[in-house]
Amino acid sequence: MVTVDLSVKMSGLKSPNPFWVASGPPSNTLYQAHKAFEAGWGGFVWKTIGAPILNVTNRYGGIDYGGKRVVGFNNIELISDRPLSVNLKEIAEAKKRWPDRLVVVSLMVESKRQVWHEIVKRTQDTGCDAIELNYGCPHGMSERGMGSAVGQVPEYCTMITEWVMEAAKIPVLVKLTPNVTNIVTSARAVKQAKADGISMINTINSIMGVDLDSLQTQPQVHGKGGHGGYAGPAVKPVGLNLVSQVAKDSEVGLPISAIGGVETWRDAAEYMLLGASTVQVCTGIMKFGFRIVEDMIDGMKHWMEEKGFQSPHDFIGKSVSRISDYKDFNIMYKTIAEIDYDKCIKCNLCYVACEDGTHQAIELVRENGQSVPKILEEECVGCRMCELICPVHCITMEEVDRNLGVKSWAQIVAENPGIDENWETMEAWRKKHNFFIH
Amino acid sequence: MGESWRAEKLPPETLQKNFVEITPPLTDEEALVESNRCLFCYDAPCMRACPTHINIPSFIKKIATGNLKGSARVIMESNFLGATCARVCPVDELCEGSCVYEPFNKPIMIGRLQRYATDAMIAKNWHLFEPGSPTGKRVACVGSGPAGLSCAAELAKLGHKVTIFEKREMAGGLDTYGIVVFREPREISLKEVQMVQDLGVEFRTKVEVGKEISTQELLTTYDAVFLGLGLGRVPPLGIPGENLAGVYDALDFVESTRTQPIHKIEVGRRVAILGAGNTAVDAATISKRLGAEHVLILYRRGEDEMSAYRFEYEFAKNEGIEYRLFTAPVRILGNHRVEAIECVRTQLSGLDATGRRAAVSIPGSEFTIPIDMVIRATGQHKYLQLLDNLNVKHEKGRILINTETGQTSNPKIFAGGDCVLGPGAMAATVIAVEHGKIGAKGIHHLLTPQKQAK
Repeated sequence: MVTVDLSVKMSGLKSPNPFWVASGPPSNTLYQAHKAFEAGWGGFVWKTIGAPILNVTNRYGGIDYGGKRVVGFNNIELISDRPLSVNLKEIAEAKKRWPDRLVVVSLMVESKRQVWHEIVKRTQDTGCDAIELNYGCPHGMSERGMGSAVGQVPEYCTMITEWVMEAAKIPVLVKLTPNVTNIVTSARAVKQAKADGISMINTINSIMGVDLDSLQTQPQVHGKGGHGGYAGPAVKPVGLNLVSQVAKDSEVGLPISAIGGVETWRDAAEYMLLGASTVQVCTGIMKFGFRIVEDMIDGMKHWMEEKGFQSPHDFIGKSVSRISDYKDFNIMYKTIAEIDYDKCIKCNLCYVACEDGTHQAIELVRENGQSVPKILEEECVGCRMCELICPVHCITMEEVDRNLGVKSWAQIVAENPGIDENWETMEAWRKKHNFFIH
Repeated sequence: MGESWRAEKLPPETLQKNFVEITPPLTDEEALVESNRCLFCYDAPCMRACPTHINIPSFIKKIATGNLKGSARVIMESNFLGATCARVCPVDELCEGSCVYEPFNKPIMIGRLQRYATDAMIAKNWHLFEPGSPTGKRVACVGSGPAGLSCAAELAKLGHKVTIFEKREMAGGLDTYGIVVFREPREISLKEVQMVQDLGVEFRTKVEVGKEISTQELLTTYDAVFLGLGLGRVPPLGIPGENLAGVYDALDFVESTRTQPIHKIEVGRRVAILGAGNTAVDAATISKRLGAEHVLILYRRGEDEMSAYRFEYEFAKNEGIEYRLFTAPVRILGNHRVEAIECVRTQLSGLDATGRRAAVSIPGSEFTIPIDMVIRATGQHKYLQLLDNLNVKHEKGRILINTETGQTSNPKIFAGGDCVLGPGAMAATVIAVEHGKIGAKGIHHLLTPQKQAK
């Protein structure tokens, strides 16, 4: 068995493991830093310090699904509301007490060169390991020209990062907002300013809901509401996609610390396979406490042992190359649903999903006093809906060898001019290749 | 012996505790978690297993979305006695027993969720149904038990004018008089009666057909008649000593707990129940909870032949009831009161008329058990005379019907509930409710043939 070492290197930093506490409510105080490091977190991104602010009450919102609470979470909390001097003093103490861990400090001040220079200097004087620039907060701070108001304009991203780099003697990570059309543009902008790394994603603009009794939006502050930052497990797919896009871009080439719905080692491993060197967790800790890192470390170690990875660097980015364009997918690849009747409980959710929602390729047959779903192989387009809805995982998509080789859309268009414009050409091609559509 | 036959009265607070509903209602949180656990199966086996075919996935989904009123409506449109059935249905044998979770997880608590929705309906006094536009037809329902109530409600929804004849003081039949209090309080049954009344159904209580109203008048006044007679009291066993003080009919005994204050009911120190069906379990567990020291169930066959539901049998054993199987009573001994019961050991032989294996006495195996009270729970009387007067075909008192329509040999007369059940058939409120629905459909078809879709 391999001996696993979870330590990772990123942007000139060395972290004992890839799990960091993200900037946010769990990283507000020295007390929390102690608790986090005691629990085993490798890094601690101090909640953003900078301009003076006041917070409101009722600042968090949650979305429940099927009785499960807070599958999505949002907040309208601003940056730290504690005086700068208090934060700086505590940061220094945290670093002194935990020399082998990473203390990263998130910063946000008004967009003036002098102000940025000053905050960077005062921050690095604490002895902290790195700085993270908060270009992401989508609420409150953006109305004052900070946070996502910077992150949404690539030129501002470059300009402010340049100011920071002028003063910084320690690594600088830039935290990007997902509330843009193309996040790669933002990433290139900070690369241009010579940042050392990227943290992503910050939270997504969101309204959590409307209370059907009071008709107030959620969360509400004395009758008023507005958009807040969306986070939690529900945003993970969005984060995975954006991280993969930046990781794949050859112009960016910066290490990534991934954020967005990480709660378990599995989430972390997925982000890392798509290019992240470290992951950061906020909502997961807000829900369950710092203790969740124990299984993140334990679970990832076991998975790495099983996979034969000695170091996270053996798998960081390993799945990035699989990110392709639709036109390059193999159109001849064919799968058909197969039901394992030993496990099937005859709930028939596959049937109704197929019959009403997708492609009418499952029939219900009465057998021994039960209604039993049967795949109509000739009709099955291999869409996978039944596999997804099955509560007992008894449906698998089995590959069918149609002996048609490998052919992508790009190849088909190249070989059959006009097929993308003419339905008759398409029908002729289908007929020739016995390419069934439902 | 003096008064020593009597069990010592339990303290009022113990009695009170012993006779409150055993199963607590689900809390809002429990209902939310449980309703969300339901998979929302398609062509769900629970729905097929329910004799009234309640759309169970639909009513549970509605609980999950916070649409409790809709949930109650879904239940009640298939089963007008949904509140009672939520409490007394043998769910292990029906819906919950067929839940797809059954093999690998806890089945959904369908009964308790149904109670959650119907409790809300009762608490908030929702009126979920309206009488149909009047058809001008008049229907008589004889008996106000679950079959009669269900039939009357369905007919009223279709616009027929329904009168229910009930010989007892209160309507509801066994639901009102015959369910043990710790399974269902009487108010639930009476609320269901009220809901039938709200649909414009007329109740004529203390009116017995054949006495206060003649069968002739019934048949000439009404366009159709539904017989939901149920069954009568427990017939005598035909053994010596049955008339001694201290020998009870199980139905009377159960009924006393629903019509009298619990502390006034007397029970013997040592009680023997004759029979091992569900009513025997009721009588036995009531005796125990009233303070009887030793409660025996005497049954001439074995465990496999018992007609009690498995969960009732388990419940009785958990309550400390002693089963003496393969034991038949020979005679009850005593001067004025019961003092002992003489029994004989039995063994099983070939099949009897009811399809069960017959029990035969083992000669010379007689023995005597000292006892203070005997409760007969060995089946129920059938209303032979009334059936003959109404001129409907029956088999030893079991009314013969067309099971698709509920129609008897007299085309104007329909029937359902316990009075049509054959030997060994499952008797349950939910089955009577379905019979009532079938009868209502049959009657509607008879009365308004031109309006039928087919």
